[in-house]
Amino acid sequence: MIKLTINGLNVSVEEGSTILEAAQFLGFPIPTLCHMEGLSPYGACRLCVVEIGEDAGAKLVTSCTYPVQEGMKVRTTSKRVNRARRMIIELLLASCPQSKVIQDIASKYNVRQQRFRQEHEDCILCGLCVRMCEEQMVAKAIGFRGRGETRSIGTPFDIKSDVCRLCGGCMYVCPACQLRCTYTEPDKAVCGGCANIAAPCLDKDKFGDMMCYMDPCVACEIEK
Amino acid sequence: MNPEVVHNILEKHQQSQDGLISILEDIQRSFGYLPSQALQQVAEESGRNLVDIYGVATFYKSFSLKPRGKHLISVCLGTACHVRGAPSIAEEFEKSLKIEAGETTEDQEFTLETVNCLGACALGPVVVVDGHYFPNVKRTAVAEIIAKTREGIDKIEVKTDQRVFPIEVSCPRCNHSLMDTMNLVDGHPCITVTASFNRKHGRLSMSCLYGSYNIASEHVIPPDIVLNLFCPHCHAELSGGANCAECGTPMVPMIVRSGGVVQVCPRRGCKGHLLDLSE
Repeated sequence: MIKLTINGLNVSVEEGSTILEAAQFLGFPIPTLCHMEGLSPYGACRLCVVEIGEDAGAKLVTSCTYPVQEGMKVRTTSKRVNRARRMIIELLLASCPQSKVIQDIASKYNVRQQRFRQEHEDCILCGLCVRMCEEQMVAKAIGFRGRGETRSIGTPFDIKSDVCRLCGGCMYVCPACQLRCTYTEPDKAVCGGCANIAAPCLDKDKFGDMMCYMDPCVACEIEK
Repeated sequence: MNPEVVHNILEKHQQSQDGLISILEDIQRSFGYLPSQALQQVAEESGRNLVDIYGVATFYKSFSLKPRGKHLISVCLGTACHVRGAPSIAEEFEKSLKIEAGETTEDQEFTLETVNCLGACALGPVVVVDGHYFPNVKRTAVAEIIAKTREGIDKIEVKTDQRVFPIEVSCPRCNHSLMDTMNLVDGHPCITVTASFNRKHGRLSMSCLYGSYNIASEHVIPPDIVLNLFCPHCHAELSGGANCAECGTPMVPMIVRSGGVVQVCPRRGCKGHLLDLSE
């Protein structure tokens, strides 16, 4: 067991767990976006930042990737943390304002406005779909491509992958594509951000006995 | 694309447990770009995942998934070059070659790319063609650079690059000068040694200009042949240098008159060399 302080409370947690796990276990809320149980921690969205250390040595770290250490002093809602978090939410909102997940987080943190240029991206590169595909579906059909501004997620060469089973797992976990999948135009109902697969529900006649994660699936509604 | 070539590259790297990047570099060197079938073959034969390979291939700018032209023109758009008018140079290249940056001309001769900094800011705006630097390029010089490249850049490099300088060398064994003032290569006295390969022996004259790879030989030397070089005076073989960084062949050492050692790779076509000047 490792002894540490979270928000001034002396606690002891199991060795090897992350700050996020410890905090959640003890009931301290930390918002997350790119974190999902069953997938490896990634630290992409930076929403889960917490402050560790004291005074001049204090720094912000992503709690989902940072393992607990003996004597560590963690603050999950300090002024600095909140300021950083709100900024991250604003940036996320700017790039993907249509995402229900991001909207919910924003309203929870009382972010009503964002000061950046609206982008309407269909992907925030959180990597959930990539990890879902690799770790849970054991397919590795999609991955990151390019870098910097042109970084994107998709299949190699933008063609339908041989190893993709059209499970729809990537769409299920995608925080950005919820509106995509509830889009009013059938051809845009395909989640563009996560994968170059056809929406399973649109190909239903070909994949009759397929599982569909969408509930409710508006793409199916459109078909009707 | 020849699958055999890719297979050989993979075989070579399997033994040394080399990483993916070295494999992709070798493939790019063989084909000039990364053909999609080659990536697929790498995935199949090395047990890696195509997604990972594709990710690496698209991450690094030095890898190209599209066939590239014979000559690569890189226009620097870094800050220093930018303020000195590099964007208009890039535009001029685009106009003259009738392609956009990142594209290849239809005749597969030129690929134009823009880079963010070449680390030669004092020379800006700088353009690099096949590894040759053109400093302080002006709009009007663009046509000239293209024409020179078409002619063959190695031929003119000696005159345009002022950093090329002549060196005088002597035999490391007898310390007799190897310079030949009677025969000129690149307009300078040449370095003369005796070269032998495939039971042929003859005089080999090398340019004494550091940075020039021009030679004159009695016999036609086929590419990729490793020459044995001898001192024409004491007839000792010039050998015992370090291994060439490019191809691994043991290099040929010669003493530089002003102090120091120059080593050159004896494999025909290899430009590997080492210049070590002492004070």
